[in-house]
Amino acid sequence: MVWLRRIRQSVMLHSFLHDPVAVGSAIFLLFFLIVGFGAPLVAPHNPYDSASIDVMDSEKPPVWEEGSDERFLLGTDAQGRDMLSTILYGLRVSLIIGMGAVALQAFLGITVGLIAGYGGRWVDTLFMRLADVQLSFSTYMIAIFIGAIVKASLGVGNFERIAVPFLIVVIGLAEWPQIGRTVRASVLGEKNKEYVEAARVIGLPARRIMIRHILPNTLTPVLVISTVQVANAIMSEAALSFIGLGMPITRPSLGSLIKAGFEYIFSGSWWITILPGIVLVLLILSINLLGDWLRDYLNPKLYKS
Amino acid sequence: MDTLLSVENLTVKFRLRQGDLTAVDNVSFTLGRGERLGLVGESGAGKSVTGFSLINLISKPGFIDSGSIRFEDIEITRLSDTAMRKVRGEKISMIFQDPMMTLNPVLTIGTQMIETLRAHVGCSRRQAEAIALENIRKVHIPSPEKRLKQYPHEMSGGMRQRIVIAIALMASPGLIIADEPTTALDVTIQAEIMDLLLELCATEGVGLILITHDLAVVSQVTQRIAVMYAGRIVETGDTQQIVHRPKHPYTQGLLAALPQHSNRQNRLNQIPGVMPSLIKIPPGCSFHERCDLCQDLCREQIPQLNEKSSGAHVACHLAE
Amino acid sequence: MFAFIVRRIAQAVLVMLVISVIGFAIKSAVGDPVRDLVGIAVSVEERMALREELGLNDPLPVQWVRFVTNAVQGDLGHSYFFKKPALEVILKKAPATIELVLCSSLIIVLFSIPIGIFAAVKPNNFFSRLFMSLSIVGVSIPVFLTAIILIYIFAVELHWLPSYGRGDTVRIWGFWDTGLLTWDGLKHLVLPSISLSSIMLPLFIRLIRAEMKEVLETDYIKFAKAKGLKLSRIYLLHAFKNTLLPVITVGGVQLGTMIAFTVLTETVFQWQGMGFIFLEAVERSDTSLLVAYLVVVGFIFVLVNTVVDVIYGLVNPTVRITGRK
Repeated sequence: MVWLRRIRQSVMLHSFLHDPVAVGSAIFLLFFLIVGFGAPLVAPHNPYDSASIDVMDSEKPPVWEEGSDERFLLGTDAQGRDMLSTILYGLRVSLIIGMGAVALQAFLGITVGLIAGYGGRWVDTLFMRLADVQLSFSTYMIAIFIGAIVKASLGVGNFERIAVPFLIVVIGLAEWPQIGRTVRASVLGEKNKEYVEAARVIGLPARRIMIRHILPNTLTPVLVISTVQVANAIMSEAALSFIGLGMPITRPSLGSLIKAGFEYIFSGSWWITILPGIVLVLLILSINLLGDWLRDYLNPKLYKS
Repeated sequence: MDTLLSVENLTVKFRLRQGDLTAVDNVSFTLGRGERLGLVGESGAGKSVTGFSLINLISKPGFIDSGSIRFEDIEITRLSDTAMRKVRGEKISMIFQDPMMTLNPVLTIGTQMIETLRAHVGCSRRQAEAIALENIRKVHIPSPEKRLKQYPHEMSGGMRQRIVIAIALMASPGLIIADEPTTALDVTIQAEIMDLLLELCATEGVGLILITHDLAVVSQVTQRIAVMYAGRIVETGDTQQIVHRPKHPYTQGLLAALPQHSNRQNRLNQIPGVMPSLIKIPPGCSFHERCDLCQDLCREQIPQLNEKSSGAHVACHLAE
Repeated sequence: MFAFIVRRIAQAVLVMLVISVIGFAIKSAVGDPVRDLVGIAVSVEERMALREELGLNDPLPVQWVRFVTNAVQGDLGHSYFFKKPALEVILKKAPATIELVLCSSLIIVLFSIPIGIFAAVKPNNFFSRLFMSLSIVGVSIPVFLTAIILIYIFAVELHWLPSYGRGDTVRIWGFWDTGLLTWDGLKHLVLPSISLSSIMLPLFIRLIRAEMKEVLETDYIKFAKAKGLKLSRIYLLHAFKNTLLPVITVGGVQLGTMIAFTVLTETVFQWQGMGFIFLEAVERSDTSLLVAYLVVVGFIFVLVNTVVDVIYGLVNPTVRITGRK
């Protein structure tokens, strides 16, 4: 079995290396992951440290523009924070929330999908109706509503304190149906195959059959969807932050950086909003392109709605 | 009988990444006006591809590599797309295997019938509708007016295949190519559809190429047979002659495999082995690996179709 | 077909009831109807009296029934900030949002259908490849970022188009303020509509292309070719009508996402629509307005989904006859 897997992986590697788009986006993504999670080590300044920030340095353009300051490679924002550093820290926040939300989605989606697919008729109907309604109301809208209600009831100060876990939970809750439906569909497909039948005949408990026998077969589609879902989660986070239902500007994500810099484009300080915007787009694009390649390569049976 | 269709040295290939694959190899046959020819063989023998190449509608990546297809005075292989479109449906119609998949699910039967005529003949909707009604009657479907407004899913498989036949007849073509027209249907319906095809070919004077794997069906419907194996015609001639006195070992094997020929033995006779994959057709006679009579010559040289004493053309080194 | 419509409406009512439960829950957990009516400068005794009077001490199911009854009659509570019925505040802003969504939908329909069909029919064409590459870039740019970039280019740098507000509007039918009938209003609509359609358009191009490619492989398309039909008829009638079914279904779902995106677009462009007022309500903790927005938007979703299903039924003969999908 080991050698079989090795050949498979080498074929995958071969196909990967012969696709310049996939390789390029993987390099980008890897770079973002390293500088994002390594932000405290890589960033030239600490944007969370208010003592090191001087308002006199505010709105300095990037070094290739006139009137720049060479201490700030990508210029500074309205409060005088180094753009490069804030972007790196913002990237880290976006990545943490994006990956955290997808981890939660995958957990919820797999659990519910397995239970719905393997469990009885009414459990299935209940969960899938819920998924249908949630999807038809758009996951964005649901996240916005939950965000709005929580913010309205907690007040701005309390809300900001719990922003990171809140965003992970809210995006995870809003987006689980995507994975849940796929897992359920694969479970229904696998359920009646001989090997599951055989496992049942020899008296294995349902939970063991699900986890040891059915779950592995659903992982390929889950992997493909999860990749794209990370991009979606990062985008959702940015959107929520942009409308003020996400990260506060004191601990910004890429979305809140864009929001904070938005008003300054009218005075010509485009870099405060455009630079984090470019990073956000490159991040999402590299994940999407990688997801596309993964889908083409693995070609799983995705649930079609 | 004047010639309606003559196919000469037709070769069809499929362009694959590993190289070209020959699906139809140097096939020649002719068909007289109003004549019925059976194209027989196992699946993958190239009979469907041959059929589709007659209207130049081979699925990609297939293409006609060489050879000539003459229909009346038209050289099919050299037609432009527009001219080819005028041939399809107007001069040569096609009936597909699965009537459940052939009709468009979201258009009414009427639309699908009328458009066929109006694509070729300048006539009003009303005139086209009248012809559609007439054709539904010809295929013995009751209450034609109602049918025009119905959708395919409101009809059974046999009914739909009748509609497909009625569509094929819309522009009064000279030739109908029927690709396994009864395979997807219930056994009881199969005979009805075959009888209908036979009846209509006679009354309308239409030529028929019946593509099938079923020798029993072919022997009842067609006047002549061409047996295909691995992309080549191995035996062709008068139906009765071939059915009763087959010369090629493959044809003999096929006939022996039919239930009524098995002399109430316990088992049906089978031809040993399987047809070679088109990727690796053996050198020489492509049937030699399965042939009891195989000799050295068969492994080396491709046998040509030659007229034998019986009058049939057989591609076998050993047939006399 | 009739049974199908009836069942669909029953479903819609059910979903609306669920929404009402959620709305009611928010209202009773977060909101303070007393404050909404009289503000905070009122003594404790008066508050208690008012609570009793408003029925806030009744059992929850009773309050919920009252909430639904009032909602059906158009009473969704009082906006604490605007000092007006919440529904009135929301509905006054609805035309702005609806016009924005309409214009974006128009852009999506006008561009996604021809491009999607073209990319499916000629998959190897240079333009098809270009559109496909652009579309994946398109789905990767958040709506608000597109909006910002458009503003920077066309408003800040080029001064071609306005960057905020609706411009001049005209009142029609006595209640609807439209920006569609004035040149200024139309100019103000350009950037917001493009922004709002910026993610949906590539999404629909990809969807239409994928579905159409699948349809083009079917036997009935091959049969249509064998009948000698013109390619234009095969693509635009035979293939496209079959492509439409899944596209309609997804379209209904995506309209929800689009309304969510109006919140973003309206924020960037200071577009005085429902989404804009909704975010203001969040900042002011104006619970009644939040709930009113929830109910109105929920109603729009349910309405659109129901209409989409009925249209689906009309396009798909299988539903029309048997009354089921």
